[in-house]
Amino acid sequence: MKVRAQIAMVLNLDKCIGCHTCSITCKNVWTNREGVEYAWFNNVETKPGIGYPKDWENQERWKGGWVRKKNGKIVPRQGSKWRILSKIFANPHLPEIDDFYEPYTFEYEWLQSAPELQAQPTARPRSLVTGELLNKIEWSGNWEDMLGGEFSKRSADYNFDGVQKEIYGQFEKTFMMYLPRLCEHCLNPACLASCPSGAIYKRAEDGIVLIDQEKCRGWRMCVSGCPYKKIYYNWSTGKSEKCIFCYPRIETGQPTVCSETCVGRIRYLGVVLYDADRVEAAASVEDPKDLYPAQLGVFLDPNDIAVQEAARAEGIPDQWLEAAIRSPVYKMAVEWKIAFPLHPEYRTLPMVWYVPPLSPIQSAAEAGKISAQDGMPDVRSLRIPLRYLANLLTAGDEEPIAYALERMLAMRSYMRAKSVEGRIDESIPERVGLTRNTIEEMYRIMALAAYEDRYVIPTARRELEEDAYVLRGSSGFGFRENTLGSNKVNLFGGGAKKTPRKPYMDIPT
Amino acid sequence: MNDFINQLAFGWYPYLAVTVLVVGSILRFDANQYSWRSQSSQFLRRKQMMIGSNLFHMGILVLLAGHFVGLLTPINVFDALGIGHGFKQTAALVVGGIAGVAAFVGCSLLLHRRLFDSRIRRSSSFGDILVLVLIWLQLVLGILTTWWTIEHLDGSEMVRFMNWANGILTLDPGAPAAIAEVALVYKLHIILGLTLFLITPFTRLVHIWSAPIWFLIRPGYQIVRGRRARRKGEMSPTRGPAGGAPSYGGDTVMRQYVEEGQAGA
Repeated sequence: MKVRAQIAMVLNLDKCIGCHTCSITCKNVWTNREGVEYAWFNNVETKPGIGYPKDWENQERWKGGWVRKKNGKIVPRQGSKWRILSKIFANPHLPEIDDFYEPYTFEYEWLQSAPELQAQPTARPRSLVTGELLNKIEWSGNWEDMLGGEFSKRSADYNFDGVQKEIYGQFEKTFMMYLPRLCEHCLNPACLASCPSGAIYKRAEDGIVLIDQEKCRGWRMCVSGCPYKKIYYNWSTGKSEKCIFCYPRIETGQPTVCSETCVGRIRYLGVVLYDADRVEAAASVEDPKDLYPAQLGVFLDPNDIAVQEAARAEGIPDQWLEAAIRSPVYKMAVEWKIAFPLHPEYRTLPMVWYVPPLSPIQSAAEAGKISAQDGMPDVRSLRIPLRYLANLLTAGDEEPIAYALERMLAMRSYMRAKSVEGRIDESIPERVGLTRNTIEEMYRIMALAAYEDRYVIPTARRELEEDAYVLRGSSGFGFRENTLGSNKVNLFGGGAKKTPRKPYMDIPT
Repeated sequence: MNDFINQLAFGWYPYLAVTVLVVGSILRFDANQYSWRSQSSQFLRRKQMMIGSNLFHMGILVLLAGHFVGLLTPINVFDALGIGHGFKQTAALVVGGIAGVAAFVGCSLLLHRRLFDSRIRRSSSFGDILVLVLIWLQLVLGILTTWWTIEHLDGSEMVRFMNWANGILTLDPGAPAAIAEVALVYKLHIILGLTLFLITPFTRLVHIWSAPIWFLIRPGYQIVRGRRARRKGEMSPTRGPAGGAPSYGGDTVMRQYVEEGQAGA
């Protein structure tokens, strides 16, 4: 057993209102720079839809994630190391910027400075790459917001696999949900495995996956390697960038920017202990449906004395063990089994998990017919098809999703009985295999969702891990985009590739 | 060409170019790795890249390898192996010709998209365009030399170049004289080639040094970086400038220090 700790995240999709506050605050902090205008470390997709970048879930096209070979070993879907190297001059599976979108702004200035005209002045769109006028904006980071666009295009969504999707194009039958996405900080990252330079690494102390900006050489294999398409090539600096899980904040015990600013309080951050020795075996199980339980098997119970001892032997501070016991992420994922990994079939063992959303019952008549005890409808009569959620979260296995939805419904039922009717109905938690105390704790953490219950983040013990004396005078975190690490005169031609700036280009996207 | 210019171009310039190449690259690597990258434009425009870049890079690699082996291997080695000069010349002409044409086609495609695709043009630095233009010219010169080479299929001209390159490598002051009499096109080809060496540290060409062949022998796939693997007491502070605090070395030392806790997992 080799115990490691990771700060993991859970997103309660049942409460996501799709406001994009997480995306905007993230962008303002991390990607409002030249070269990454098109990049959203965090974005919110409306599902069903093909997402951002277009069609990202189609791994036949992008070759992200891992595949299991006949001999039981896993290799990146792009191919083994020599196959990856053979594609280095031109990577056939690399998305183009248009698969995300060509970043643009509008000539807002013209609205103020236009002389008197026969027609209203308009703010025409300008490309942030070339500075040229764009005739028509055809796509953007969130083009399908609120089911925008025709169903025929959106229904290319990979998660419709095994669903009779045609009926969901009808107005009466339609359904939608939001899916906020960020880097999954996987236990078995495929981006890292694909990096020829060895610039990507996972931090042992908190599991955050980072790209060493000094070591990255811009071979851009990670962009195809990541099945979630959460690695972004900065076309200005020639380096890849990704969500850094706001590590400067996490290290000081603060939640990530996306979590901190989430108005729906849907995000949870907490420590999960895992056994690094079991990662490879868990990622290599044969049936993709077993990947979710296999990943649960990698997590370690922080209440177990043996685990605690092993963790201390690995140098994990007691403060972290205490946080692991209180971790809302561990409770939701392992104890209550209501949170699931996104697309476990990619075999990356992602560490950002999702609580599936409840949805209205499909129709009143049907509900009346099916409705079970205590006003709890059958989860299979909910508007969002179970199979759709299962394709998203459990590689198509519907049972765990149904179980989670039932528990969430039971929580509502129990609390309704308690607070409206003033009675404690022990039979409700029993029916879904929970106790009264657990269901009340679920209510406290998921419904009330107090700040200190959502974010249980131990601070980094840097004094144990590095010599602060060596680091004195260093500037902390930065992409160095203003100077590229150089003075005014740069002999080595490392200066930024500057698109000629015009005033209208200084308005952030 | 008069003797002085010959001495300047083929006696002294090679040393300048190679020194700048080596020292400049090391300095840049130490000082500013953030600027050390291939600066691929494939992400901005895929068109012409798949064919262009593959043809260009594979052609160039064959050409580079051919030039290095063909020019720098001592002539005695070929003689001892029983490889005739005529045979070597013909082989070089055929292999180099094919690779040269491939690289030329690829380079032309790449140059075309760099100059005429506004996305790539606007995001290119002066150096990015210069490098591509110079390499394109170099390929043109290289292909042109075949016309003169066909007249010397016995390898007599080739032997002169080998003597010159060997002479430069072994610090022989007589080296420039070996190629004093060759055709102008060869001389221009050499001068431009040395110029490419010269500008390498200041352009994106530095990515040649980073060819990630080590990827093939990296143990496993995963990399985990732990800070606590640091072994205490092995770092010894050194004194910097007077009045300054002790330091643990420059950027490169710092980087090694950071990566020390890195392990496959």
